Amino acid sequence: MNDCDNLKITCLHDLHLALGAKMSPFAGYDMPIEYSLGIIGEHNAVRNDCGVFDVSHMGEIGITGDDAEFFVNRVFSNDVTNAPDGQCFYGMMLRPDGGVVDDLLVYKRGHNDFLFVVNASNIAKDEQWILRQAEGYRLCLEFMSEEVAELAVQGPQAESVMEEVVGIPCRELGFYTFKEIDRDGETVILSRTGYTGEDGFELYGPHGFIREVWQALMESGRAVPCGLGCRDTLRFEVGLPLYGNELADDITPLEAGLGMFVKLEKPDMIGGETLRRHKEEGPKRKIVGLEIQDRAIARHGCDVLSPDGEVIGKVTTGYRGISTDRSICMALIDSRYAKTGTELKVQVRKKVFPAVVVSKKFFKKSYKS
Amino acid sequence: MILYSKTHEYIRVEGEKGYIGISDYAQKQLGNVVYVDMPDLGDELEKGEDFGAIESVKAASDLISPVSGEVVEVNDALSENPRLINADAMANWIIAVTINDPSELEDLMDQAAYDAFIAG
Repeated sequence: MNDCDNLKITCLHDLHLALGAKMSPFAGYDMPIEYSLGIIGEHNAVRNDCGVFDVSHMGEIGITGDDAEFFVNRVFSNDVTNAPDGQCFYGMMLRPDGGVVDDLLVYKRGHNDFLFVVNASNIAKDEQWILRQAEGYRLCLEFMSEEVAELAVQGPQAESVMEEVVGIPCRELGFYTFKEIDRDGETVILSRTGYTGEDGFELYGPHGFIREVWQALMESGRAVPCGLGCRDTLRFEVGLPLYGNELADDITPLEAGLGMFVKLEKPDMIGGETLRRHKEEGPKRKIVGLEIQDRAIARHGCDVLSPDGEVIGKVTTGYRGISTDRSICMALIDSRYAKTGTELKVQVRKKVFPAVVVSKKFFKKSYKS
Repeated sequence: MILYSKTHEYIRVEGEKGYIGISDYAQKQLGNVVYVDMPDLGDELEKGEDFGAIESVKAASDLISPVSGEVVEVNDALSENPRLINADAMANWIIAVTINDPSELEDLMDQAAYDAFIAG
């Protein structure tokens, strides 16, 4: 059986093929992993100049209605109370046991008017979760993932590319804020957000508009087309989590080191009670950074060992860092071994290599303040 | 004589020795190579057994030995500069082995057969 038969495509699929992209299934979509420049070239383009990603596979869910703000504060870990319109929030949807349903961005569009942007791999799960929690509240839910396309324009030149090529003024837009623009009668959203550790923007709109913007960017030569390959190396190097690796149904945000995005004082938040207790006790596992004292690369699933050789955790993501040129990984390990500088071991295939606990921010972010 | 396996290793046969690497097609499929995990000199390999791995930025792929034999040379240049594989996969072999049983070469593909194999 051919898996390709069941894969969904984004509205830019034919343009990726025309560029000679290497395609691969991701979250049910046939997505570009890299273009002719390759992962390393694309990664460096984003760090030094500007790259554009098709992230139309991401999910969008609109939440409006009289109970919308109360509901968002209940299902989402960050606090949207009294936020100004045009504010973005990062956070998670939590399970009652403190595990993570998904991590996401929430856009506050107006009074009782929110947009959730969720991981492609979790769209169906998130929609079901939200529907189940929504029972009894006055809400209007709109599942818009199929209609809304998205581009991420990232890198130190993203602002000038956005203004000069796309024609949307954005220099006044602060980090984690957004604006809505009318383009030929259709609403598009531009936020100063991203998943690369660089300054940049995410642009949401209808398929036709997103195609026009992508083509304008390609014709200008000002933004390098970037695939999901370098999206992962970029987010990894600055210590940003990926759901399914550093976050999961059975990993709490406190274990993942994301406590600052969980407002434990909110009384009605799902998972709050468990996590308040969890915080008092202290998490038993932690996501840490590890640097391996060899060229070998520890990938997702490799065992992490104590100095005595006992298995104390597993690697969640690992690469030869592109901006750092070191073999680095993130790992979920027994928190007794999580202190920076602790000497551990990592098993890669048949060999065991020494590794040391380091900050998982392997490379410094450069956001615009 | 250069022969290929279905898992995209090649073996360049020079007398009783064979130089094993990955094909140019495999190199292109992998993308940027960042690490080659190689066996030690003297290791005995079985045909069909993995003898190491080649890692692109994204993922690790096992290296499968096309013949049985002893590792007699290791291409140390790849330890420092794994990208040589991308520059020229056919010139930058990974290991050399003794060919213990020349009949094991019979089920490998010659250039024409391999070209047809990757054309699908």
